[in-house]
Amino acid sequence: MTISRIASAIGAAAVLVASAGAALAQGDSKVLRVVPHSNLAILDPIWTTAYMSRNHGYMIYDTLFGSDEKNQVKPQMVESWSVSPDNRLWTFKLRSGLEFHDGKPVTGEDVVASLARWGKRDAMGTALFTFVDRMDTPAPDTFRIFLREACGFVLEALGKPSSNVPFIMPKRIAETDAFKQIEEHIGSGPYMFVKDQFKPGDKAVYVRNPKYVPRKEAPSGSTGGKHVYVERVEWNLALRDAQAQVSALQKGEVDILEQPAFEHVPALKKDPNITVYTYSPPLQYMARFNHLHKPFDNPKVRQAVLAAFSQEPFLKAQVGVKELYHTCPSMFTCGSPYASPVGSDIQSKSNMKKAQELLKASGYDGTPVVLMKPTDLAAIQKLPDVAAQLLRQAGFKVDLQAMDWQTLVGRRAKKDPIDKGGWNMFLTAWQGPDIWNPIANAALDTRGEQSGWFGWGKDDKIVELRAQFMRETDDAKKKKLAEAIQVRAFEVGTHVPLGEFDAPLAARKNVTGFFKQTGNFYWNLKKN
Amino acid sequence: MYNFLARRLLATIPVLLIVAVLVFLMLRLTPGDPAAILAGDAANTEQIEQIRESLGLNRPIVVQFGIWFGNVLSGDLGESFYYKQKVTALIGQRLEPTVSLATITILFAVLVSVPLGVLAAWRFGGWFDRGLMGFSVLGFSVPAFVLAYLLIWFISLKLGLLPVQGYHRLADGFWPYLEHLLLPSITLSIIFIALIARVTRASVLEALGEDYIRTARAKGLPEMRVLVRHALANAAVPIVTVIGLGVAVLIGGVVVTESVYAIPGLGRLTVDAVLARDFPTIQGVILFFSFAYVLINLLVDVSYVFLDPRIRY
Repeated sequence: MTISRIASAIGAAAVLVASAGAALAQGDSKVLRVVPHSNLAILDPIWTTAYMSRNHGYMIYDTLFGSDEKNQVKPQMVESWSVSPDNRLWTFKLRSGLEFHDGKPVTGEDVVASLARWGKRDAMGTALFTFVDRMDTPAPDTFRIFLREACGFVLEALGKPSSNVPFIMPKRIAETDAFKQIEEHIGSGPYMFVKDQFKPGDKAVYVRNPKYVPRKEAPSGSTGGKHVYVERVEWNLALRDAQAQVSALQKGEVDILEQPAFEHVPALKKDPNITVYTYSPPLQYMARFNHLHKPFDNPKVRQAVLAAFSQEPFLKAQVGVKELYHTCPSMFTCGSPYASPVGSDIQSKSNMKKAQELLKASGYDGTPVVLMKPTDLAAIQKLPDVAAQLLRQAGFKVDLQAMDWQTLVGRRAKKDPIDKGGWNMFLTAWQGPDIWNPIANAALDTRGEQSGWFGWGKDDKIVELRAQFMRETDDAKKKKLAEAIQVRAFEVGTHVPLGEFDAPLAARKNVTGFFKQTGNFYWNLKKN
Repeated sequence: MYNFLARRLLATIPVLLIVAVLVFLMLRLTPGDPAAILAGDAANTEQIEQIRESLGLNRPIVVQFGIWFGNVLSGDLGESFYYKQKVTALIGQRLEPTVSLATITILFAVLVSVPLGVLAAWRFGGWFDRGLMGFSVLGFSVPAFVLAYLLIWFISLKLGLLPVQGYHRLADGFWPYLEHLLLPSITLSIIFIALIARVTRASVLEALGEDYIRTARAKGLPEMRVLVRHALANAAVPIVTVIGLGVAVLIGGVVVTESVYAIPGLGRLTVDAVLARDFPTIQGVILFFSFAYVLINLLVDVSYVFLDPRIRY
């Protein structure tokens, strides 16, 4: 460890101690007590795609760009940028005054190292880096990206709001092997992580970064001014029982529940001390086929499923609260720039009779469908029961196999035949920003076994259309290409969108300042 | 006595060895992939494979066992896949809440159940005895989580007396520590009160029929002295055995109660580790539980010497 690193570490520790002391002095109104939607285990938001790690990332790191509530990419750490006429040279200038928690300024070198690491892990990042020739830093506050050919999603990738966000870390940390987890957790974001108070499965603590300089714009999505009005945010990682969470909120022992169970929403709404918000983009349910094995290696069979899977029964059974769900005929989050109903007739205007006819015409030979059902994930556990019933009505034989979610997660990664532990279908939910465009939407990566995302769909036409989308720089043409991809995806049945729901958040009335956002962010919030 | 202790301590070695081998093999045969869980929902198969490689899960099972067991012999239980922390450190973090909860629960249960059991035996067949037997049946039958919700609703929400959830370390002050443990301890102690009271009643009842009790009464000793010094003292062996088993069960983790009251104890750690297929942590905590079981049983056996002078090792 060099003397400068020791000095940095001492500086950061001093700031943390001072901030922690200040928080204690400020009292309860300056401490925001949050029950997150899950446990925080992995502290490297580039290494994993877990949403909790992403949320941890937004607390302590900042981003070059962000996406506002209308899904428009806006600058965050970047002050200005320019692009050459041939769209191959992008030059970015950083805002002045950006500083990491250890007191060191944020430089172009930190950005280049951070992007290089992210480009090895994230789907959009790896797609972007197939275009990148090199990056350099002509000045400490400037960095440039040289592309081999024009690329139409540079800003969309840098401003992506969901999993594997390109967070900016100090160069020495960002140079960690992309396949190893980082050991230090220093960013330039609005909060600082108090590592010595982190107890996995119990508590994570963040204190206000006193040196953070927010942008002047109002907060929106992951962009705008990240003003922090509390001294400390505590994530209660031990409180996992849904009923006890509600009791703790009602008694005022916690301030925010990130994800109360749907069945508790009516009771929470009746409580005069609690407000229920739905400020995040909707989540989309999805049924995913395994394209490698019978019967879903046959697109005609997949079409029969599309015809059988009307969205309403899934939403009614799983969500139940009418105002929290809606059907969505698009494979891209409804309300986002590429959302469109084109091509969805096979599902949205179909019915069971049509499904039965399609299945008969497909030559389906009665192979049982192994449908995996997670029994311990309340957010999706009812979906497979509905799917099994609809499949049976359509004429399928169904083998509904119950298992815990983590068994399902392990099993869906296996390409083995069914008789060796393989599978045919599972159902899941995606946060809106993860499926906003054809590059981010993993189910539309149809490179077959090469593509990686479970199910391994293969369709050369979609591959070609996605490649065109990546190169296209004109927004109107990109929209057309996204529609063409969706039409083809419905034709070949890559997956089945099953409608959308709003994830509720419940907070004590004395917590104010919530805004439309693309995750769970804790800036702009005041506790009175 | 010392020979007995030495023999029993030596006997823990093959027990722990068998547990280590069994747990290691069973985990490898269980469905679920730690690498897929760590990678997250949107990860692809290539990323999962890289994580599997980095965790050493691609090596032959014999090699994996050899490395792990070698580390265990040197006192290193390994590093958690999930939390990237030493398993010994994780167990250390979770030990205080679990030991605190176990201690207060057992203390409360013993202080309530032993007098109740003695009284029931003394008034055998009366309304108190019948009432206690009815309570015992109820105590065994009501699931801990139902009792926990009822206590939270009434004591915390309606009366506002105690906190709903959470744990405060003893170092943070005695009252915050105690008030956060009262509801969980009451919840857990009900079943132990039911159990210990029944065993106490049966043992004391048996003792009360002995000749030495008749002799004591004939000598004109006060009834309280007869009950406590003569009947209860001679009925202590089965009661202590049940209490010892209770402590072992509580140290082994009370998952539901820890979950409802958000107590970051060993039970919650075990469940999280199982759900995440965090092999090193599961192996570590099960070894620890095995050792704790053996040790508690040994202490119970040793206590017999002091409770019953006829017992010699």
